[in-house]
Amino acid sequence: MIRRTLAVAVKELLQLRRDWRTSLALLGMPMVLLLIYGFALSFDVEHVRLAVVDLDGSSASRAAARAFTESRTFDLVAFGRDVRELDAAFDTGRIQAALVVPAGYGDDLAAGRPTSLQFVVDGSDAQTAGTVLAYARQIVAGISPVIREGGAAGPPVGVPLVWYNPDLASSRFLVPGLVAFILMVTSVIATALAVVREKERGTMESLRATPLAAIELLLGKTLPYLLVGAVSSAGSFALAWALFGVPVRGSLLWLAVVTLLFLAGGLGWGVLISTLADSQQVAFQAGLISAMLPTLLLSGFIFPISSMPPALRVITHVVPARYFLVALRDIVLKGAGPETWWLQALALAVYGGVVLLLATARTVRSL
Amino acid sequence: MSDAPVVEVRELSRSFGAFLAVDRVSFAVRPGEIFGFLGSNGAGKTTTIRMLCGLLAPSAGSATVLGLDVARDADALRRRIGYMSQRFSLYTDLTVEENLRFWGSAYGLAGDRLAERSAWAIDIAGLADRRRTVVRELPGGFRQRLALGAALLHLPAVVFLDEPTGGVDPEARRRFWDLIDELADAGTTVFVTTHSMDEAERCHRVALMHSGRLLALDTVPALKRFFPAGTVVEVRAPRAARALAVLAELPWVSDAALFGEQLHAVLDRPERRAELEAGLERAGFAPVAVRPITPSLEDVFIRFISDAERTTAAGSSLPGPRSAVPGSRAGGRS
Repeated sequence: MIRRTLAVAVKELLQLRRDWRTSLALLGMPMVLLLIYGFALSFDVEHVRLAVVDLDGSSASRAAARAFTESRTFDLVAFGRDVRELDAAFDTGRIQAALVVPAGYGDDLAAGRPTSLQFVVDGSDAQTAGTVLAYARQIVAGISPVIREGGAAGPPVGVPLVWYNPDLASSRFLVPGLVAFILMVTSVIATALAVVREKERGTMESLRATPLAAIELLLGKTLPYLLVGAVSSAGSFALAWALFGVPVRGSLLWLAVVTLLFLAGGLGWGVLISTLADSQQVAFQAGLISAMLPTLLLSGFIFPISSMPPALRVITHVVPARYFLVALRDIVLKGAGPETWWLQALALAVYGGVVLLLATARTVRSL
Repeated sequence: MSDAPVVEVRELSRSFGAFLAVDRVSFAVRPGEIFGFLGSNGAGKTTTIRMLCGLLAPSAGSATVLGLDVARDADALRRRIGYMSQRFSLYTDLTVEENLRFWGSAYGLAGDRLAERSAWAIDIAGLADRRRTVVRELPGGFRQRLALGAALLHLPAVVFLDEPTGGVDPEARRRFWDLIDELADAGTTVFVTTHSMDEAERCHRVALMHSGRLLALDTVPALKRFFPAGTVVEVRAPRAARALAVLAELPWVSDAALFGEQLHAVLDRPERRAELEAGLERAGFAPVAVRPITPSLEDVFIRFISDAERTTAAGSSLPGPRSAVPGSRAGGRS
């Protein structure tokens, strides 16, 4: 069994070596995509047009305003003394956010009384608004201790600190998702074409006339692409680290284990498509759509699963990227060990096993 | 080698939806014979061969190959047979050696045995100096012989060849058939499908297939003896196509057909030859020359098909032509 599986794998590698265009695409495409999407797809918000309305006019209020305007996130475009001016400025789009320092802010701080700053943000783009709010909280949190040292009893506003990704750079969050997305698409397409190519060339008929078992053929077909996928994964992580500063805080070994499990699932899915499709064209499109859309939309890559309607949330359970993403963020961003993500790894292993089993059953039945 | 049939087929049928591709076919193939399966495209040849190789389940009836049931023992069967499919079965982007190594391993060969058998396959294909050549760059004849060698790496007792010489020039075709002769002489049973009459002539026995039915099965000489001596004639006349129409009207002429510039016709008695010549000349086709010929396999084939179609058209469900097969069924190897 092992010998025959290896014979298929060696044959596949030889063919891959001759077909340099495909090999180059398989090895290089993930990194090229990461480069393009990594820079294009960013939720980072910079140069938000900010108005400051200082109703207090104290040194404390000026310090608060400075904390905002000195950050890269905000550009001060207007300074006013009347809150009513804000409406028109928001309507015309001249400003996207406003900081209002209420009268008595400085006095309250000096007296150690609880006080507050008002922060107004244009919510028409919810995604940006959420990010801007988070930045604002960070800035306020930054100035609070300083203010507290000035004799105050406590921070002026309650601010949750953001851990693991302190500057809330979306690249830290997105790049692992992007890696998952790219690996899924390339692995599914690579194998989706592998079996159907034999059908198109007519060699499948001859293969089936040999004692080669379906599982030997499918495993032999998958192994070389697992190798290719492993190489391009390593490249993608290296690129993510070099270009986007995404560190791998956890163990590289665990990262490799989880990534291989995920790749196996993607490759298995590709093989399954391959056994169902009759032409490379159909296999390519089915592979592309079935790998891309769920990984993009239903994995928690861009839209949080917890905020999906219940019906969609159920569907996300068969999207392997869902599990991979959680484990990946755990390992890459938090440096967590298997005790936190073992369930995700198990789910990936089960997924891979089931699709490969289905593909085998399908190949045997097509007899 | 025992005389038990290598292939034994009983009332084998296969339908695809409403279409009956193979219709209650029965025959037996003897050890060491070259068994030809002759028929036009769509006659059911490939469907039959795929069932015999365990690649397609029969709808009804049964078949055994080397004593193994094709439906139940397909896995064991594949270890012991060779199969060369209609489509070219080697990887064109691999070299000669790489192909042989892969196909040998797929058949479970390894080590010295794999090396020895690969060397044999390279030898019979005549590729000793091109073992590192990518198959795509080989001429068709070499590829075909290499594919045959690859199907024989594991020394199967029987090999199934599905239209093996498609798209190959006549010289390469002749060399391929020389190879088949050598194989059969060495004791390998060869089951080969073809739609070429020339190739069928080289088979020990030929089965005529048409529309899923087995019309006749015998040695080539026995099939040709189906027509009484002197009744198959070649007619040379001007405006052959028009003459054919006149010929076909005569009640004692059957199976009139155009063969190139000449006409072939079958008469009910040899004595009709003079009558035919006079008749055509009267009808304005002078000069007419009628001479008896040895019927070709194609003449026989046409006769069986037209008989079969007449039977079907007459609404009879009885497979008449099959019982009309002449000669001894014990022909076999010459």
